[in-house]
Amino acid sequence: MSSTHLADWRQAFSRRNLLATVLGGYLPILLAVAIIVLPLLWMAIASFKPPGEIITTQPTLWPQEPSLDNYRHVADTVPLLTVLRNSLIVTIVGSAIKVVLAITTAYALVFVDFRFAHAVFIAILVALMVPPEAALLPNYMTISALGGRNTLWGIILPGLGTAFGTFLLRQQFKTLPKDLLEAAKLDGAGHLKRLWRIVVPVSAPTIATVALVTIVGEWNSFMWPLIITDSVDTMTLPVGLNLLQSIEGQTGSYGYLMAGAVLVIVPVLVVFAALQRFIVSGLTQGAVK
Amino acid sequence: MPTANPHRQRQRRRDALVFLAFAGPNLLLIAAFVYYPLLSNAYFSTLNWRMGATSATSAGIDNYIRLFTSPQGAEMWRVTITFTVVTVVASMVLGLLVALALGRRIPGVTAGRTAIFSPYVLSGVGVGMVWNFIFDPQLGVLGHVLRAFGARSPEWYLDADLALVMVIVVYVWKHLGFCAVVFLAGLQSIPSDLIEAARIDRAGALTRFFKLTLPLLSPTVFFLTVTTILSSMQAFDILKIMTPSGNGTNTIVFELFLQGFGPYQNAGYAAAISVVLFVVLFAITAFQMRFIERRVHYA
Repeated sequence: MSSTHLADWRQAFSRRNLLATVLGGYLPILLAVAIIVLPLLWMAIASFKPPGEIITTQPTLWPQEPSLDNYRHVADTVPLLTVLRNSLIVTIVGSAIKVVLAITTAYALVFVDFRFAHAVFIAILVALMVPPEAALLPNYMTISALGGRNTLWGIILPGLGTAFGTFLLRQQFKTLPKDLLEAAKLDGAGHLKRLWRIVVPVSAPTIATVALVTIVGEWNSFMWPLIITDSVDTMTLPVGLNLLQSIEGQTGSYGYLMAGAVLVIVPVLVVFAALQRFIVSGLTQGAVK
Repeated sequence: MPTANPHRQRQRRRDALVFLAFAGPNLLLIAAFVYYPLLSNAYFSTLNWRMGATSATSAGIDNYIRLFTSPQGAEMWRVTITFTVVTVVASMVLGLLVALALGRRIPGVTAGRTAIFSPYVLSGVGVGMVWNFIFDPQLGVLGHVLRAFGARSPEWYLDADLALVMVIVVYVWKHLGFCAVVFLAGLQSIPSDLIEAARIDRAGALTRFFKLTLPLLSPTVFFLTVTTILSSMQAFDILKIMTPSGNGTNTIVFELFLQGFGPYQNAGYAAAISVVLFVVLFAITAFQMRFIERRVHYA
């Protein structure tokens, strides 16, 4: 080991540096992680506790008699399989259509000659600035008039026009080398072929980002499905949980409520843990220039 | 002139058709569910109209007057501004502190970063339910802890001011990880030799932070201020789950919901709130777009 290495090591493990690392690094991080993780852990543990262990003045950390009764009860109160299925359909169908629309729109904006392309882009940019809540009332009138109340398509339809995905993909498509597409064009490849054979494959990471952010958004979506559905046959999971909360909230049946919360939270946590790189980059877009 | 060339003209027409085929469906949806609502809201907002009723009478600008001068309207603005200012400041300050810790090159920070960011992607409904349990004065963990220290749990759900404090705490819990990760990216873009040079000049840690790090972070601070204001003003899920019919927690979007779709069924007034919500958020975003290209830290 050379002497400079040795000096580095000494410095790295000097008392002062260790102290700074622990006090300025690990301590605040551990504190923050504890504040974030403990409520979620408490949720997961409580979901296995029978009512007697929740309505008590002496709660224990671990369930004394762990059981799945809370989950069974949730399944009885709201038809769990139905709302879960509705949520899956809305999330999968909604996200798939949104991503395809974003890809084709961004392609048109970047690679198809059209005199008004810039005006169209501005219109999409402005749409990005409209808070969806501001469109709630008219969309409710429109979907009701079309007979879309208490239907899955009524939940999906108003959110399909996508400004966010289009914007993100347009930025990505603009970075692609023009030569790549020119060569394909000379080989006689039409727009569709150029899109699916060249643009989509080389943009896969950005498309994955848009898809994941869209999927998480659809799964968590609450306000619109709450307004447009009031029958358990067409409710999504968050709306079903809102119903569960209003039924059980007054009675202190927190075991049931935590079982419900686990169902909506844990799937997203699993996806996030596995694919956080894409999700974080999509959600913090615009922050890093 | 290229227009004189019939081949060119045909090509141009074909391109326009391709453009419409590719972008058309999305544009139609945006027109129907984003632009059209802006116009019809403007009309609805001039009506005295109960939700579900088939007829309505004209109300002129009464709904707007009510929104800005009635006690109910004033209360909505007070709650909205309090909620927004406190959540924005708290999540940014806490986020920056966490980012400074995460910025150290020590093993394990990546896992910490993932954990701290995670609440941001979770369902607001699920998060609200979890915290309802924690804040429950009789059965919640918080009450148990307070009792262990001989104190009593405040009545979070009965007192309107405490209810607002409660939803602010939960909202900050959910959003501070986002601020931390964005700040972390900002910190990592600061050239380390600048900080090193200041260290050699014997600038203390606090001086280095306030005179060097913070000014260099100003673009990030600006970006985060705008984005967190926008999202705080659109808060809904946590408020609805923790205080279902609104109790000192009626921020603008929650009030819009309660007026239009809740117990009041007051569609005209809800439309007026929608219009004002749009104008305020649009102005904030447009302001950001104007300034985003400028280098804020030299200003």
